[in-house]
Amino acid sequence: MLLLAGRRLASMILIMIVISILLFLIFEGDKLALAARVLGPYSPMEGRLQWLEDNGYNRPLIVRYFSWLYGFITGDWKVSAQFNRPVLEFLAPRLANTAILGLCVFLITAMISLVLGVLSGIKEGGPLDRVITVASVFTTSIPEFASATFLVAIFVFWLDWLPGSSSFSNGFSWVELILPITVLVLYNFGYYTRMTRASMAEVMTSQYVRTAVLKGLPFKRVVVKHALRNALIAPFTVMILQLNYLLSGIIVTEVFFAYDGFGKAIYDAALFGDIYIVQAGAMVAVFVAVLSQFISDVGYTYLNPRIRFA
Amino acid sequence: MTVTSAPATEMPRRRHPLIRFFKSLALLRESYVGMLGAFLVLFWIAMALGADLMPLRDPLAQSAPDLLKPALSASPDGGTYWLGTDDKGRDILSRLIYGSRLVLFWSILATVVAYAVGMLLGVMAGYRGGWWDEIISFFGNVLLSFPQMVLYLVILSNFGPNSDVGRYLGSALGISGTVVSGIIIIFAITFSVAPQVARIVRGLVLDLKTRDYIAAAEVRGEKPLYIMLVELLPNARGPLIVDACLRIGYVIIAIAVLGFLSLGLPPPDPDWGKMIAEVRGFGSIAGNAMLWPAIAISSLVFGLNLLADGLREISLRD
Amino acid sequence: MTTSQTPVLECKDVSISYYTRAGAVPAVYDFNLTVMPGEAVGIVGESGCGKSTVALAIMQYMGRNGAITGGEIRFMGRDMRTMSQEELRKIRGSQISMVYQEPMASLNPSLLIRTQLTEVLVIHEGISEDAAFKRAVEVLDAVRLPDPNRIMNSYPHQLSGGQQQRVVIAMALLSNPKLLLLDEPTTALDVTVEAGVVELIKDISQRFGTSMIYISHNLGLILETCDRICVMYSGQAVEVGNVKQVFDHMRHPYTRGLFSSIPLPGADRFSHPLVPIRGQLPLPRDRPKGCTFGPRCDFFQAGRCDDPVPMLDIKGDPGHEARCVRYDEIDWKKYRPKGLEAEPIVPGPPVLQIRNMKKYYEIRDNSIAAMISGTKSRFVKANEKLDFEAREGETVAIVGESGCGKSTLAKVLMGLEESTGGEVLVNGLEVGHMPVRKRPAGLISSLQIVFQNPFETLNPSHSVGAQISRVLRKFGVAKDRDEAERKTYELLDMVKLPREFAQRKPRQLSGGQKQRIGIARAFGGEAAVVIADEPVSALDVSVQAAVTGLLTDIQRKKRTTLVFISHDLSVVRYLADRIVVMYLGHIMEQGTTDEVFSPPYHPYTEALLSAVPIADTSVTKKHIVLKGELPSPMNPPPGCPFQTRCPRKIGAICETEMPPNKDMGNGHMIMCHLPDDVLRSMEPVIKVGRHDPDDTTPAAEMTAKH
Repeated sequence: MLLLAGRRLASMILIMIVISILLFLIFEGDKLALAARVLGPYSPMEGRLQWLEDNGYNRPLIVRYFSWLYGFITGDWKVSAQFNRPVLEFLAPRLANTAILGLCVFLITAMISLVLGVLSGIKEGGPLDRVITVASVFTTSIPEFASATFLVAIFVFWLDWLPGSSSFSNGFSWVELILPITVLVLYNFGYYTRMTRASMAEVMTSQYVRTAVLKGLPFKRVVVKHALRNALIAPFTVMILQLNYLLSGIIVTEVFFAYDGFGKAIYDAALFGDIYIVQAGAMVAVFVAVLSQFISDVGYTYLNPRIRFA
Repeated sequence: MTVTSAPATEMPRRRHPLIRFFKSLALLRESYVGMLGAFLVLFWIAMALGADLMPLRDPLAQSAPDLLKPALSASPDGGTYWLGTDDKGRDILSRLIYGSRLVLFWSILATVVAYAVGMLLGVMAGYRGGWWDEIISFFGNVLLSFPQMVLYLVILSNFGPNSDVGRYLGSALGISGTVVSGIIIIFAITFSVAPQVARIVRGLVLDLKTRDYIAAAEVRGEKPLYIMLVELLPNARGPLIVDACLRIGYVIIAIAVLGFLSLGLPPPDPDWGKMIAEVRGFGSIAGNAMLWPAIAISSLVFGLNLLADGLREISLRD
Repeated sequence: MTTSQTPVLECKDVSISYYTRAGAVPAVYDFNLTVMPGEAVGIVGESGCGKSTVALAIMQYMGRNGAITGGEIRFMGRDMRTMSQEELRKIRGSQISMVYQEPMASLNPSLLIRTQLTEVLVIHEGISEDAAFKRAVEVLDAVRLPDPNRIMNSYPHQLSGGQQQRVVIAMALLSNPKLLLLDEPTTALDVTVEAGVVELIKDISQRFGTSMIYISHNLGLILETCDRICVMYSGQAVEVGNVKQVFDHMRHPYTRGLFSSIPLPGADRFSHPLVPIRGQLPLPRDRPKGCTFGPRCDFFQAGRCDDPVPMLDIKGDPGHEARCVRYDEIDWKKYRPKGLEAEPIVPGPPVLQIRNMKKYYEIRDNSIAAMISGTKSRFVKANEKLDFEAREGETVAIVGESGCGKSTLAKVLMGLEESTGGEVLVNGLEVGHMPVRKRPAGLISSLQIVFQNPFETLNPSHSVGAQISRVLRKFGVAKDRDEAERKTYELLDMVKLPREFAQRKPRQLSGGQKQRIGIARAFGGEAAVVIADEPVSALDVSVQAAVTGLLTDIQRKKRTTLVFISHDLSVVRYLADRIVVMYLGHIMEQGTTDEVFSPPYHPYTEALLSAVPIADTSVTKKHIVLKGELPSPMNPPPGCPFQTRCPRKIGAICETEMPPNKDMGNGHMIMCHLPDDVLRSMEPVIKVGRHDPDDTTPAAEMTAKH
């Protein structure tokens, strides 16, 4: 088991290295274009060349790569052209914002999906199942900005219960989080509910559950002790991967509600042309993605006795 | 078995492919859910194909006095703005219907390309195994570790219409901005979708290749390419068709999101996502103009999801 | 069996239906069965006869679309329809228990064995965990599992198939049920493992007085384990009686037909050929109105047999019933149906020669332990020093259980794997080191294979005809589409299938029909050697006879050499000219059929012969049950591979030295340390009493079933 985890870790590190090389080449491969972007399209050529010299861009590629990588690891993420502040200092609170939003969404979605998924999977084809399934399919068909549109139309324009933008202009406020969380949960829960449902239904029709019933065990025990343990392995591991999405995939919601989160920061920076923020953001996002995959894989190995005790 | 081997007299002719297509649609009759989905999807396809045949106003015609009118309001030429107008006075109804062409065309094209790439890679990784599998899976994981949005942003900012590459394509080859954007979008979507499809196909192939009929093919000396294309892939049809429907839905949403973020097709194309983004800043009076594109997207994706569900139900019942 | 006792189970006129999209389908109807305390009743039938449905109905567990539509089932005198769900729940697992076909699928993969066992007692009897644990260990001991504590703390996947099934049996016996239902409990197990489990089951019914319902398709097993038998066909019971009555004096034509299609020791393909049952099992909605067996029965009489037939008591034979209006008219002695006849073939020169062939697989061991000790890769010796040959027109059977290396041998012959050493010669050409892609077309077409699983042998996406045509074109037998089409039809004729089948997709064919296509495909290229890898094991008994007959028929006409791989010694005895017995990669014994089936034997062959259930009351068998499990090929025992289980082990020499290959005369080789005089003094394992099972004189020797 330790060995499996170790191998996954090595594989993950390798992936990160490869991605970092790719990103490096994309972002910093073309020195002149980079200088043009940083200094502005109207800067003179000599200024650019001088800047390149000053910032060590005339060293060999490999050296530049390692110093770039080193910078990331140590927290030296360069300076943002947009705001003239160190990128790390700028991104940290944004990350925190997204983390808050993400965590709330994750917990609520997990609870809803698991409960609904199990309930609909126990009696596949039953009335509860049909209702839950239709609701799940329906909500995953509505993209976030569309549902945000509907909700804003109802709760902000018509009923005037909630604020239309969540920019925390007066400090942290729970009310401002309600709409973004709702939009995200609505869009997300359907997928995980259906996954859980499928897994549960498959387990409930398996032979070992039949054995449990024919052993005369009470139904509750069959579900809780025999079925759930096997049914929840796959949904759990897939839900961990959600973390990756919650970091950067919620860009749309953040933009819609003007929520100063991580995704919005990268989006604004990309539009502006602020290379260093985009770079840093990409690296962080990839790191979280790889980390969540790692946790998911290790979790799956741990929970599945067939693999754990081969 | 008491069997008389009569000499073959008449062989049943294989029916015309179009007839077979409609007969297979009839299968859907067994699933209400699938039928509803098919209806929605066919509705939009009909809209897209028949846009020119309908009495619609020019989707690009701006009209200064008629900004952000609500649905069912009167228009200067004596008719009605059935769904109202947007922030530049353009008729929403016609923009929706013409927009459906863009949406369906680019999303289907992107999905097809991504699928082709993904299936090829997946079947190679699954059947050949060994180094093929290791390398394809590794790079697949690399791409999958790239969060979608970041991937789009990176590709679009570096290769999009406003970048050097994009402008080169536009000026040197004379391709319109829309097409350039479209190509970039296909590129971006292939990057994020193909690895997922490859993973699914690989899983299916790993299971299928243990079947005896594959061994039978190997044992009579068939080449690997033949086995992959003729023996393996047709049997992966079922789950893949279901996944394809769902996938087109995701791609439609992805393209709409890109449109919303102004990263998609350039103006003045009636991209549904962009239609929402353009009017967002106007507050509550833009409610009507935001609503209809949202309904359009949702209904199309909902239809695709239901269709996928219906197809899955049917394939399980077989 | 006194009549004053209450029967444990009584089924009266039970009918069970399934509700599908096409409406209600009757799966079982007019079913009657009585089980007295301590009695073991066998239900025998082929697939689709409804036997498993009956078992689930007794458990009152019909699932979502099944229901008992008529009749009553009484358990200990009480009508089960009057029981509430809660009462049923209390009965299940404690008074009625069930053992299933696939042990691995029946155990929860995520729970320890101890949890799955103790919960039965804790829930049903309310005792404490510790007390339950102790009882469970006792029962594990009773089912002869060594080291019960280790097993209690294991997960199911850590046990072998035989061990898993014993655990399932233990689980069923924990609360001392009155009735034990066993649904094909040994079908998924190897023959020698099966023998051990069967012996265990017999033992249990004696010790605990449990009544049993034993469901199987294997008549021999029923003979060995049961007191009474019920034969089912297409949803009805067609013959009921005690085992002796039915086996010695069959009355229903279906029962008769079943027996004639099984290879019994008295049958051989030249003088006493098998007689397959003609026709096909009707689909439930196509059942004829009268006797369901009518269309396939040689004694069908219009006017009498086309009304529904009730179960009739056989006069003069109390307890024996048959569902046939003509049962006393049929003179079985005069009935000699035309079987699959064959003239003996004179074999030609050797076509296939295997000399000292080895096939090792390399396993890379990446565990930390291996890295420390330095042994990174190990070898699995799948085939070791194989040496035999096959002549033109001959049938050579390769016999063995799982892990013996027979599939590996097939793969090497077909070019899917390369041999590690030694020679494989086909018509003089060395092919062991020639994988398929290097083989010339002529060689490929002359060395073909029929696969085991008929359901996977054809590509479901293409039509049957297209698949045959492809083979013909690939082998160069047909040059263009028209010729391919013509020859496809000829092949369909050869395997006795209608020509319209060429347009059908595989899912429209039955298992037996698919296997015939598999045969057509293998012989399409005029193969010189055809390897048949368990070609009939997955088919119903009556279909097996027909397909086996087809295979031998074609072989005879074309003088093909047939390499027949099987674990079923009865079929092998019927078919083969020469036999090769394999165990853990080695050839233990080889010789002609007669030589192998009579002494001297290799101890493994002896045990194998004794383990095979034989459905003939006149046969006496020596009783040899092997202990222990089949060793894994990755970890073979030192010295003789069989020494861990050999009942005739001499001593240390068996554990240290590989035995020599002794020639017992005429090429009959046995690999054993036993001295020649011991070998020659062995007694025959199977003694046949008389050849005509319908003779009414009682058999001279009857083995007591227990």
